[in-house]
Amino acid sequence: MDALVAQLQMQYRNYTVSLYQQGFLDDQFTELKKLQDDASPDFVAEVLSLFFEDCVKLIGNMARALDQTGTVDFSQVGASVHQLKGSSSSVGAKRVKGLCVTFKEYCEANNYEGCVRCLQQVDIEYKALQTKLQDMFNLEKQIIQAGGKVPQVDIN
Amino acid sequence: MPLDCGVSCLRRSEMIGIGIRELESPPLDSDQVHVLAVDDSLVDRIVIERLLRITSCKVTAVDSGWRALEFLGLDDDKSSVEFDRLKVDLIITDYCMPGMTGYELLKKIKESTSFREVPVVIMSSENVLTRIDRCLEEGAEDFLLKPVKLADVKRLRTYLTRDVKVSDGNKPKVPEDLSRFSSLAMVTPPPPPPPSITSVKSSSSPPPSESSISPVDSPIRRMEMRSPGLD
Repeated sequence: MDALVAQLQMQYRNYTVSLYQQGFLDDQFTELKKLQDDASPDFVAEVLSLFFEDCVKLIGNMARALDQTGTVDFSQVGASVHQLKGSSSSVGAKRVKGLCVTFKEYCEANNYEGCVRCLQQVDIEYKALQTKLQDMFNLEKQIIQAGGKVPQVDIN
Repeated sequence: MPLDCGVSCLRRSEMIGIGIRELESPPLDSDQVHVLAVDDSLVDRIVIERLLRITSCKVTAVDSGWRALEFLGLDDDKSSVEFDRLKVDLIITDYCMPGMTGYELLKKIKESTSFREVPVVIMSSENVLTRIDRCLEEGAEDFLLKPVKLADVKRLRTYLTRDVKVSDGNKPKVPEDLSRFSSLAMVTPPPPPPPSITSVKSSSSPPPSESSISPVDSPIRRMEMRSPGLD
């Protein structure tokens, strides 16, 4: 049992570190983990779940705003981008946040093609993060089921 | 034309869809610090609520300035006599919100007789010096750069506890408040970047851009120079 736990823990550590190294997550995610404890063991997963719901909703808003036949209201697109930028920043979704920065610039420049490109990218990116985090949370579950504790991962 | 906060075009239906959910703690214990948190983003509300709860605060979280005023009983002309018992020790609000900005909420709170003494902290994802100045001049206690971290909230908590213990009623700005500025050297120049001004949290310190705050010119420092009785 211990060998399995140790192996899973190592896998978990490596995987988590890779998410930071590849820029999926930043130190705000680490901050969220600090808020998790035995009384609220699923806090991070819950917040991220809300974040992904937010992504679906906001990306939908952006798509609708960009889909107007005639004049696109870029400030409306920008409003949703601003919100997504905010929530991605709050959960440590680094790549999504970075894309939102670029996206916001395109909105301000009324650049339609740029906006459409960003919209596509942001959609891909949040889904990629969702998959990665699902794998990470699954590893946590496996560790616990194997009788172990989820290790604190030191990123630095 | 750069967007300031870019939320002015949100339609009412979208505002409702964002989530008119109030997060409330169980009934207040009179000794516990009660914080009213205002943020239109559900994700941010959840995070700030957790940050505050973890530092032993009771939290009421609302999603708009209007809801905040409603909660405080400041939303209409009726006298706030029935709200004498409503104990709010701190109000923390996002700056950029549809309908009523955090700045506008701050003004309304400072204009009220019942709540003008309550410290108001502004949060913003954008480090805009003019924005920070405006808020501090209007009487904001502090300005936090988002994303908000545990260290930020812990620091707020420290000066709150002191205030609560000092007196129950009219609280003058007592010198005890100064200890929260202990990281700022009011006497020795230049002070290290104060934790509240997280714009300088990029500790690899690149040359400050126009919009970033230099430690010497920190808004907190300017606020101190402006406020009487803190010498």
